[in-house]
Amino acid sequence: MDQSQSLSSQTGRTRPQWMQASLNIVTYLARKPTSAFGLVVLALLILVALTAPILAPHSPYAQDLQNTLQPPSMGHLFGTDELGRDIFSRLVYGARITLTIIFLVTIVVGPIGLFVGTVAGYFGGRVDMILMRITDIFLSFPSLILSLAFVAALGPSLNNAIIAISLTAWPPIARLARAETMTFRSADYIAAARLQGASPARIIWRSIVPMCLPSVLIRLTLNMATVILTAAGLGFLGLGAQPPMPEWGAMIATGRRYMIDSWWLVTFPGLAILCVSLAFNLLGDGLRDALDPKQMNRR
Amino acid sequence: MKRLPPRVSASLGQLGSILVTLFGLLILTFVIGRMMPVDPVRAMVGEEATKEVYETVYRQLGLDRPMWEQFFIYLWDVLRLDFGTSIRTGQPVLQDILHVLPATIELATFAIIFGAGIGVPLGVLAAVNKDKLADHIIRVFSLMGHSMPIFWTGMIGLLMFYAGLGWVGGSGRMSQFYIGLVPERTNFLLIDSALAGEWEVFRSAINHIVLPASLLGYSSSAYITRMTRSFMLDQLNQEYITTARVKGLSRRRTVWGHAFGNIRVQLVTIVALAYGALLEGAVLIETVFAWPGFGQYLTSNLLIGDMNAVMTCVLIVGLIFVGLNLLSDLLYRVFDPRTR
Repeated sequence: MDQSQSLSSQTGRTRPQWMQASLNIVTYLARKPTSAFGLVVLALLILVALTAPILAPHSPYAQDLQNTLQPPSMGHLFGTDELGRDIFSRLVYGARITLTIIFLVTIVVGPIGLFVGTVAGYFGGRVDMILMRITDIFLSFPSLILSLAFVAALGPSLNNAIIAISLTAWPPIARLARAETMTFRSADYIAAARLQGASPARIIWRSIVPMCLPSVLIRLTLNMATVILTAAGLGFLGLGAQPPMPEWGAMIATGRRYMIDSWWLVTFPGLAILCVSLAFNLLGDGLRDALDPKQMNRR
Repeated sequence: MKRLPPRVSASLGQLGSILVTLFGLLILTFVIGRMMPVDPVRAMVGEEATKEVYETVYRQLGLDRPMWEQFFIYLWDVLRLDFGTSIRTGQPVLQDILHVLPATIELATFAIIFGAGIGVPLGVLAAVNKDKLADHIIRVFSLMGHSMPIFWTGMIGLLMFYAGLGWVGGSGRMSQFYIGLVPERTNFLLIDSALAGEWEVFRSAINHIVLPASLLGYSSSAYITRMTRSFMLDQLNQEYITTARVKGLSRRRTVWGHAFGNIRVQLVTIVALAYGALLEGAVLIETVFAWPGFGQYLTSNLLIGDMNAVMTCVLIVGLIFVGLNLLSDLLYRVFDPRTR
């Protein structure tokens, strides 16, 4: 803390303070082997997704019907599937789909959760009661079942799976944002803003949302493993990304028929899902420790 | 006006909030049902039906009435426990669900026994060895269970333990050979086969349930382990533990006798909640293991757009969840003397 304060006073700006804070967190995470693994896997995922065209030796859609169900070899690192497509290349392109899901769910869920939570927390009373009731109703379903129902209603596709996941992922965020807002609501700076004649919308947007943002972002990271597993589960059930899209869950679903003789069809996509969701879980676990005040004092 | 005693008014408040939640559940399932892209009339009468037949069924289903009126019809039907008929099986949905539910309950019960059986001891162990090697290993092990795509683990498990090693039975609740041998009484296969004295079927059923139940249990143990660990840490940091140790009580007695004794109530509530969460994994694992339970019923109806069945399934899951939440709350109140 001392370091960051002296840094910000040197430059005379407030910006480096949060940069320093996030840098501190990253250093803390990198020092622990478990969360460091999480960081590395996520960095790899982003790298793989960005460089997919360079990394993949074949097109993810190119069929080669003479070389179907080939076991892993030098030519095909992870073997080929029932249509002779290179599984390694498909996995590499699949990283893009996974990242897309993560990104889209985040930018949908974050704002919805923040909006509902801050409005409920700021206004309190009846508004709060109604909004929190709605949140509770969504929370009373396991997320996969509710997403299943939504996808069934919207029709199976990757976009609809993302919408369905988002519809089920916002309640915890809203709860968190509400709790945070209620601690700020009676703070002096909010009262000052109100006395200056700022509208509630302005106060929420300019003074409350920025305060809630860090914890909301952390919570989103924590939820990401669930999001990835739900998306893969929907893909597996045929309700998410549709073939021939190289989505990992859908790849497992099509590979299932050839599983007994060609183990590589399901093994590698499954490992990919496991790695990414484990990475998020380990990272979330580390973040929780890094930001837990009890732990902070002990160090 | 006479004021109600606080306990009664608290219970009334809770009852009210449950009723509101239930009403919300019904609105949600109703909306989802109406949003479905599948034309329910077409699904019932088929593609070749004449326009007159279509119109009649359309009116029979009440689809010509305004939305709010349809909702109240739906509400009334649900209150009378009439959830309509399944298009696929042609039977009342409720009857279908009651028929498949025991298979899932059997699976989930075995899974929770397994999950709590490994989750609780591991959580205690992790708390006692906080920040030591054992704690880290347990953390990774349990997070692993939480991160596995369960449908994939199911397949890998089948490949290894069924196709490879032959240790467990394959998919389904029992070997094909035994199907139809045991009269269906409770639909809990283990109970039915035991009642009929068919011990070979019983063994086959155990053989088939072991793998899916332990995988499902492993995935739920992550949550149980983490909560047990943090409950235990709260206890171990308290002064009575130090006192007990100073008095010369052994480490084992202190941990299991004193600290663990105090977290039992919290654990019961956690396990009840974890049981509900198993339903989610059950949907996927039942698909992999061809387990004729609730999850498979739900997904197979989803894929063909059987609106009544899907809506009812979702509603029932919601009800189970609300019920388990309430139950864990009640257990807390009954067992924890401080809440009295």
